[in-house]
Amino acid sequence: MESMLESRARQVRVLLNSNYAVAYAARDADVDVVAAYPITPQTGVVEKLSEMIANGELDAEMIHVESEHSALSAIIGASAVGARVFTATSSQGLEFMHELLHIASGMRLPLVMSVATRALSAPINIWNDYSDLMNVRDSSWITLIASTAQEVYDSIIEAFMVSEDPRVLLPSIVAYDGFWMSHTYEPLYIPEDRRVVSKILPRRPRYVLDPDNPITIGSLVNPDWYYEIKYQQVEAMKEAYRVIREADTKIKYYLGRAYEPIESYMAEDSEILVLTYGGAYETLQSAVDMMRSEGLRVGALKLRLWRPFPVEDLKSKVGDAENLIVVDRAISYGASIEGPAALEVIAAFYKGKSCPTISSFIAGIGGRPVSEEDFKGIVKKALKLGDKALKMGSIHWGVRGASYE
Amino acid sequence: MSSALRIRGVRDLPREEFFAPGHGLCAGCTASTIIRHLLKVSGKDTIIVNATGCVEVSTTMYPYTSWRTPWLHVAFENAAAAASGVEAALKAMARKGLVDPERRINIIVLAGDGGTYDIGFQALSGMLERGHRVMYVLYDNEAYMNTGIQRSGSTPLHAWTTTTPIGKVLRGKIQFKKPIAEIVAAHRIPYVATANIAYPIDMDQKFLKGLQVDGPSFIHVLQPCPTGWRFDPRYGIKAGKLAVETAMWINWEIIMGDFKVTTRVPKRKHVKHYLTIQGRFRGLTDEEIEEIQRLVDREVERINNMVGEEVIGPLTD
Repeated sequence: MESMLESRARQVRVLLNSNYAVAYAARDADVDVVAAYPITPQTGVVEKLSEMIANGELDAEMIHVESEHSALSAIIGASAVGARVFTATSSQGLEFMHELLHIASGMRLPLVMSVATRALSAPINIWNDYSDLMNVRDSSWITLIASTAQEVYDSIIEAFMVSEDPRVLLPSIVAYDGFWMSHTYEPLYIPEDRRVVSKILPRRPRYVLDPDNPITIGSLVNPDWYYEIKYQQVEAMKEAYRVIREADTKIKYYLGRAYEPIESYMAEDSEILVLTYGGAYETLQSAVDMMRSEGLRVGALKLRLWRPFPVEDLKSKVGDAENLIVVDRAISYGASIEGPAALEVIAAFYKGKSCPTISSFIAGIGGRPVSEEDFKGIVKKALKLGDKALKMGSIHWGVRGASYE
Repeated sequence: MSSALRIRGVRDLPREEFFAPGHGLCAGCTASTIIRHLLKVSGKDTIIVNATGCVEVSTTMYPYTSWRTPWLHVAFENAAAAASGVEAALKAMARKGLVDPERRINIIVLAGDGGTYDIGFQALSGMLERGHRVMYVLYDNEAYMNTGIQRSGSTPLHAWTTTTPIGKVLRGKIQFKKPIAEIVAAHRIPYVATANIAYPIDMDQKFLKGLQVDGPSFIHVLQPCPTGWRFDPRYGIKAGKLAVETAMWINWEIIMGDFKVTTRVPKRKHVKHYLTIQGRFRGLTDEEIEEIQRLVDREVERINNMVGEEVIGPLTD
C-alpha cells in the first residue's frame, strides 16, 4: 500500500486497534442495523459500535442477539427490507453462522461482516490463525484479508461499495488477525468529514420487501431452476473482481490509498517470493529486508483478495521468480496440499507458460507467533528442498514432532 | 389492517385476499385457512417471515408464489431472529427517512411447531426478551409434518408418529406436549393467546389484538392435519372443535398478565371423541385413553382454579 497524503478528503490521524478501525468504518458507512454477539477476539467491535450508538454518534439499531446464528439471521432480515447492515464475529461464531452464510449469498444480500480470525475448537484456543476463515471459503462471500488497521478501515468501506453494487449483490467478509491486529494499536487516517464516505457509498435501489411491491424472497426451488440460480452466483463472483478493481480506484481517489488484489514488496527483481496473508505480511516485509541485506534476492507477496481469487494478478506479480513459497495459516486436513492458499496458487499456475518452484508451508497455528526468523528459516528450508518440497505436501513449520528430512 | 377493524363475525372480515390459491398444501390442510384469515386481518401493510415448514415449501414453489404480501423465508430455526432484523431495520430506516415513518407495517412470523417448540426456540426467546414488535403465529400440527410426520416437542402423549410408533414396548410418544404458550407468557410479553381454526372469529380477534400491541405477541393456533393425524380431509374443523369440546385444547389469552379463557365449555366431552377420529391414536388401549383423560381433567382443574370459576365444565359424555 502506498500512501498519498494529498488526497481529496481531509483526513485525521487516529490511533486504533483493528477492532476499533472496523467500528469506525461501519460508523462512517452509516449502517442502519448491527446485530452481533460477543466472541473473543472480535468483541471490541461490538463494544465500540454499542458505544457509538449509545452516544448518538451513529444512528443505527443494535440488536443484541442471543447467538451468532441469530446475528446473521437478523441482518439477513434487515437487509431484505433494504437496510445497510453489519455484523462481526470470530472462530466458533463464524462456524455457528455457517448455514446462513450460504443463505445470505444465495439471497444476494449485500451484508458486510468483519472477522477477527481465530483458531477453531477443539482444543479450544482463542488465539489467531485462519482456520475459521478458510472453512467458509465456499460460501460465496467476497473475502478481503487486511494486514493493517488502515487497511481494515478502508476494506470495510470497500466491502460495502462492492457488495451493494448491482452487478455483484453478494455479501463480503473483511478478515484480519485476531489479537495480533484486533488488539494492537496502529496509527491510521480516517476522513475528517464522514460525508465523504456517503459520497463513495450512495444508497442504491435493489429488490426489497416492500408492501407496495410485494415479492417473495427465499422460495423453494427445485432441480429445474436451482442450478441456473446458483450459476448466477458464479457469474456475480467473477464480476465482483472488476467491481473490486473499480472500488480500489475510488478508494485511491477519495482516500488516497492504493490497494491491489495481490500486494507486493521488493518483488520486481526477486528470484524468491514468499506469499502470505493478514498481519504476518508486515513481519514478512521486515524478514525480506533482513534477507536482502544478507544478499538473497527475495521479495514478499500478500494475498489481499481471497474470494474471488485473483489468478492473473498473482501470475503477473510472480513474473519470472524461480521460487514461490506460500505460507498458510490454516490447515485443510487430508488435502493433497494442506495449505488452502497454496492449493489455489498451484491451481493458478497449472499448465501456465512459466511456473515457479512452489512450496507450501503452514505456520502460526493456534496463535503461535511467526517471527522474521521463522520466515528466514522457511525460505532456507524451501531453497534446500527445491522441487522436493511440494512432494511432501505442506510443511508444518515449528511444530514439535513433524519431520521432513 | 385498518385500525378501525372490528371483528364480530365473518362479515366484518375484508373481502380482499392476500393468500392466493394454487398452492401445494394437502387437501383439507387447515394451515391455508389460518393464513387466509391472518392476512385478511393484517392486510396489505404486512411482511411475513416464514420458518421452513409445510407452509413455506407448499406456497412458494419457484417461480410461483401464493403471497400477495412481502414474504421472507431464511431457514428453519431463525424466523424470530430474521423478523427481529426486519423490525429493527424498519425502525432505523424510518428515523433516517428511508421509509415512511408514519406507516405501521405488521411484521408477522409464521412457524410450525418444529420451528417453534424445538429448533427455533432459542431465537424465539431472544426475540421476546428483546421486545421486538413482531407477532409470532405458531401453526401447531403437533409433529414434523413437512418431513413426513416425526415427533416434535408438541406431539401429545401416546400419539403415533413415524419416530414414535405404537409398539409393544413403547406406546407412541412417551412424553407430554410442552406448554409452549405458557413458556412464552413467562417472558412477560404484552399479548399471548391460544386459538383454533374451528373458532375463526375468536382466532381473528386474537390476531387483531396481537397486531395492535406495542411489543411482541404470540398466537398459538391448533392446526389439525389430515395427513399427519390420519383423518379424512373433510374433518379438519371437526377435529378442531372436538379438541376444544374435550378440553384437549383450551382457547385462552393473556393481556398484560391477565389470563382469560375465551371459549367456555359448559359441558365437556370425553377425550375418546377427539382421539378416535384420528388414526394417530388408533391402537391405544382403554387404559391409555383413560390416562390421557386424567391428564386433561387435571389441566381443566388447574385452568378453572387459575380463572377462579368453572370456565371448563364437568365431563358429561
